[in-house]
Formats: sequence, C-alpha cells, structure tokens
Amino acid sequence: MLTKNQARTFFLGGTVLFFFIFLGLSWHTLSQEVPKQTHEENMTESVIRGKELFDKNNCMGCHTIMGEGAYYAPELTKVIDRKGEEYCKIVLMSKEPWQPRGRKMVAYAMTEKEAEDVVAFLKWVGEIDLNGFPPEPDLKGKVPTE
Amino acid sequence: MKYKSQQVAYWFFALSMVLFILQITYGFVMAFAHLGYDGLHELIPFNAATATHKNLLVVWILSGFMGAAYFIIPDEAERELISIPLVKLQFWSLAIVGVVAVIGFHIGWWEGRKFLEIPRPLDYLVVVNVLLFLYVLLMTLYKGKKRTTTALVLSMGLFFAALLYLPGMVWFDNQTMDSFFRWWVVHLWVEGVWELIMGGILAYLLIKLTGVDREVIEKWLYVIVGLTFLSGVLGTGHHYYYIGTPKYWLMIGGIFSALEPLAFLGMALFAVAMYRKGEKRHPNKMALTWTLGTAIISFVGAGLLGVAHTLPSVNMWTHGTFVTAMHGHLAFWGAYGMLVLGMITYAMPLITGRKMYTKPGASYAFWLSNIGMIGMTTAFAAAGVAQVYLERKVGMDFIDVQQEMEVHFLILIAAASLFTLGIILYIINFFKYGKPTDEALEPA
Ligand code: HEM
Ligand code: HEM
Ligand SMILES: [Fe+2]
Repeated sequence: MLTKNQARTFFLGGTVLFFFIFLGLSWHTLSQEVPKQTHEENMTESVIRGKELFDKNNCMGCHTIMGEGAYYAPELTKVIDRKGEEYCKIVLMSKEPWQPRGRKMVAYAMTEKEAEDVVAFLKWVGEIDLNGFPPEPDLKGKVPTE
Repeated sequence: MKYKSQQVAYWFFALSMVLFILQITYGFVMAFAHLGYDGLHELIPFNAATATHKNLLVVWILSGFMGAAYFIIPDEAERELISIPLVKLQFWSLAIVGVVAVIGFHIGWWEGRKFLEIPRPLDYLVVVNVLLFLYVLLMTLYKGKKRTTTALVLSMGLFFAALLYLPGMVWFDNQTMDSFFRWWVVHLWVEGVWELIMGGILAYLLIKLTGVDREVIEKWLYVIVGLTFLSGVLGTGHHYYYIGTPKYWLMIGGIFSALEPLAFLGMALFAVAMYRKGEKRHPNKMALTWTLGTAIISFVGAGLLGVAHTLPSVNMWTHGTFVTAMHGHLAFWGAYGMLVLGMITYAMPLITGRKMYTKPGASYAFWLSNIGMIGMTTAFAAAGVAQVYLERKVGMDFIDVQQEMEVHFLILIAAASLFTLGIILYIINFFKYGKPTDEALEPA
C-alpha cells in the first residue's frame, strides 16, 4: 500500500513538474504568440486609451468581451462588425440611459474623442484571432424564429 | 478548545456572516434586473451590483478561511497565536478594506475586471493585510510544538493564495494579456490553491469529527492535493481557448481540466469513507452533515458541472453564457460556502461554550439552503441551455433571447428565496451562540 511518504513525494513532485511546464508554456504564449494573434502592432494610443475607459467604466460588469464578464448585456467582441462605428459612438455619448429594447445601459455621456477611443479598442478586439470564437450560428435560417 | 487565542476566530466568522447576507441582497438586485425590474438602475447599476456580489463572495469566504486558520493552527501547533493585538489590527483592516471597496463600487471606484474589481490603491492595503495574517499564522506554526500535515497543507494554501493575488495587480495594455493573468488569480485560486485550504480544513474536521487515525487521513490528503495540482495547473488552459492565445491550449486545457474532477471526487470519497470508518461519537452532528455536504456538493458543482462545459468543442458554444453562471454558483457554494459554514458549525460551540447541538433550525438551515441552491442551479441551467441554443446556434438577437429567458429568472428568485431562508436561519443560530467565553477553555 501507498505510504504517507510516497503520497507526499507524489504531491511535491507533481506540483513542481506541472508548475514548470505551465510557466514555460505561459512564457511561450505571451512572448511568441499573443503579440501576433492580437496584432499588437495595431494597438495605437487610441486603442490603449479605449481600454482604459473600458476598464474605468467597468463595461465588463454588464457585457462580456471575448466571452468574459457579466451576462446582462450583449457580447462586445464583434460589436463593431454587427452595429458599426457610428451606432456605438452614439450609444457611448448618450446622456440618457440607452435602452432601445427596454434594458438600460448606464448613460456615460462620453465626449466624441472618448467614444472614438472606445470604438478603436473594440475594433482592435474584433480583429484578434480568437480560434473561431464567437462561433457562427449554425442553425440560422434552418429553424423558424417567429 | 485548548487555547484562548482561538477565540479570535469568532470575529472573522461574524464578519463573514454579515458580508454573506449582503452578498445575497445584491444577488436579488441582479435577478430582478434580469426580470426587467431595474428600478435601482440610477443608484446601483447592474455593474455595481455584480462587482459587489462577486467581491463580497470572495471576501466572506476569505474571512471564513482566516477564522478557520486562527482556530485550527493553535490547535494543531499546540500553542497560542503569537499576538492577539496583531490579529485585531488585521481584523479591523480587513473589515475597513471590505467596506471601502463596497462603497467604492457604488461611486465608480473600481477596475472593470471580473472578480478583481478592487482598485489598485486598495490592493496594496489588501497585500499588507494578508502579510500581517500570514505573519501571525506562520510564526505561530514555526514556534509551535508540532507541525502537522494538516497545518502545513492549510498554510501552504493560504500562502500561495496570497502570492497569486499579485499577478492580478499588474497593468497590461493588451486585453488578452490582462485576461491571461486574471486567470492566474481566479482559476489558480478556486481550482488550485483554495483546494489546499479546503483539503486542510476538511482533514481537520474529519480528524475531529470521525475519530479516524490522523496518519490515514493525512496520507489521503496528500494524494488529493497532488491530484489538484496535477490537473488544475495545466487545466488553466480551459480559459485560454478563445481569448487570443495559441491553439495548443485547446488540447492541453481540454485534457488536464477534464481530469480536475478527480480531486473533487477524491474529497467526496475520502469524506464518506472516513465517515463510515469512524466511530461517530462526536455530538456535533450538524458539523458532520456540513462536512460531508461540502465534500459531495463540491464534486457535483465543481467537478461534474465544471467538466460539463470544459471541453473546447462544448465551451465554444457555452463560453460566457448562463451555463457558466450555473456552474459558478454550485461550485462556489459546494466547495467553499458550505466548507466555511461547516467550519463555523464545528467551532461555535467550542468558542462560546454553549453546546446547542440539536437546534431544529440548524437542520432546516442546511436543507433549505441546499435545496434552494440546487433549484437556483437548475434555473440557471435552463436559462443557459436556452441561451446557447437561441443565441449561439440559431443566431437570435441577444435581447430577444433575454426576454425568452425571463421565466427562468422567476424560478431563480423563488429558489433563491428558499436558499436565503436557510441562510437567515443559519445566521440567527450563529448570533444566538453569543460571544466567545472562557467557559469553553479546556483545563490545560
Ligand atoms: C439569493 C441568492 C443569489 C442570487 C439571486 C444570485 C443571482 C446572481 C445573478 C443574477 C448573477 C449575475 C449573472 C449575470 O452576470 O448576469 C450572479 C452572479 C454570480 N453569483 Fe450569485 N446569486 C445568489 C447567491 C450566490 C451565492 C450564495 C454564491 C456563491 C456561493 C453566488 C455566486 C455567484 C458567482 C460566482 C457569480 C458570477 C457567475 C458568473 O459570472 O459566471 N451567488 N448571481
Ligand atoms: C471549486 C471549484 C470551482 C469554482 C469555485 C469554480 C467557479 C467558476 C467561476 C466563478 C467561473 C466563471 C469565471 C469567470 O468568468 O470569471 C468558472 C468558469 C469555468 N469553470 Fe469553474 N469552478 C470550479 C471548478 C471547476 C472545475 C473542476 C472545472 C472543470 C472540470 C471547471 C470548469 C470551468 C470552465 C470550463 C469555466 C469557463 C466557462 C466559460 O467559458 O465561460 N470549474 N468557474
Ligand atoms: Fe477554471
């Protein structure tokens, strides 16, 4: 039967081994792959300011982005593709809570420049290679929705 | 109880109870908003409610862990805590940081990073607080007569939990890198080092409550936490499928995270086996119920409901939907919520000297909260499956789908009310025990 010492060796050995594999892979991901997959060369000053605004206003507290966040408001990864830049700017600059379909968004009343920064950020996010996420709706048009 | 300083646990448990009920309140705010009743929008917009709900959750659990550690470590190390004033300082700074953070969320002082919303200036205070906590704990262990495996695993868990808070404090301009390190905190906590804390507390409770030989329990403890890291570290990859990270994570994350339930299965089998083997003479039957409960429900909520959406081919569709919320609730409740409540149930009679073992309310608290939480999980699951189908597969508009889901939120609120009733009973019992007294001290 397994002794306590063997059990401890299993714990310590396994932990150290997998920890180092994880560190190695993380290093490779961050230094070699992420800059390419996210097109870091396109991260302009405006994109970075946009991210700061996105963070400061806790947009993730209602929306998801790359599938992360809260589930109260639409996924924003491809929102520029879906709605267009102008629409997004109007939403961000609105002084009244935006509520086209009843559910309210916080009225951020951003300046035009701020709204442009957030849009630049969202556009950059939309171009990241997300290994196929979000998936194309494969039943679209195949089942009646009315 | 042998050591007077173990009484400090009471304050951490009390703080935990207060924050817990507040957390639940914000859960209702969100559930009603999902139903269309967002009358509080101006005062508490959804993002403020969610930041509060998630952070209060983490803080009440951590406060419970700290209380547990202050109770367990003197007992295991066989000496008093090194300093009560330091513990008091640590307690008050924790409470103040918590209150300031929650107020901050209501006036927009936060960072928009799920679970890590506490703004960086406050993060530094959190670090100081935790260093103080670790200092008292580790010095007590160091100066103690004994260093048991249980105490070591528990302290290791707490130490690494503190260390892993740091990657969450670095700023990245790149959203993908930001997210990458957010998971070092969130995932490596709940599916890594917190499981060490869980294993340590579970082992302690089983040793005390079943009377099984310590050597046997601690051997299996090593096996379980071994399985945790073996699967959970590379299992982090299940969050790196679709955030702009390379494809090899699909395979690595898929394989290793699919192994993660083994650690939780281990805990469940371990607790049940020790229960059957033991003499069960301990009069605190409710504590044993919670202990077995946490071992079993964590396997269901974290293990089964986690693995249900962890393969890349499934996660592609469920990623960032109510399927995640379904799993998040039962996993947190089963693994960490019930664990803290179990520890408190065990410790309170010893801390206060009042041996109220057979209160009818205590049993109702257990069953109502669990039935309620399972109902909530089912409601989230129904909402999640409907959402995945309508939004992701059929391609219906987000908000149309939300309207289809409203009925599930009605059920959610009904189940959550049952849950809350159970928790209120639990908290009433808690405060009925009263404050710590010296009556409970065993003569040395
Ligand atoms: C009466 C009780 C509760 C209600 C009504 C409730 C409701 C909710 C709602 C509506 C959300 C937000 C979903 C969204 O993003 O739109 C949420 C998130 C969350 N709640 Fe609760 N909750 C309750 C209790 C709890 C408890 C007791 C726990 C833990 C033990 C918990 C853990 C969480 C977690 C981890 C999340 C984030 C989930 C995710 O984003 O995947 N909640 N809750
Ligand atoms: C006690 C242990 C666990 C807790 C408390 C827990 C809690 C959570 C929470 C709160 C989230 C949402 C996080 C966020 O979006 O920021 C999450 C996500 C996830 N969990 Fe767990 N979890 C646990 C264990 C597990 C296990 C063992 C597995 C797999 C076998 C698993 C699989 C997943 C997956 C795949 C996601 C991502 C969902 C998505 O793509 O949206 N979890 N978990
Ligand atoms: Fe995870």
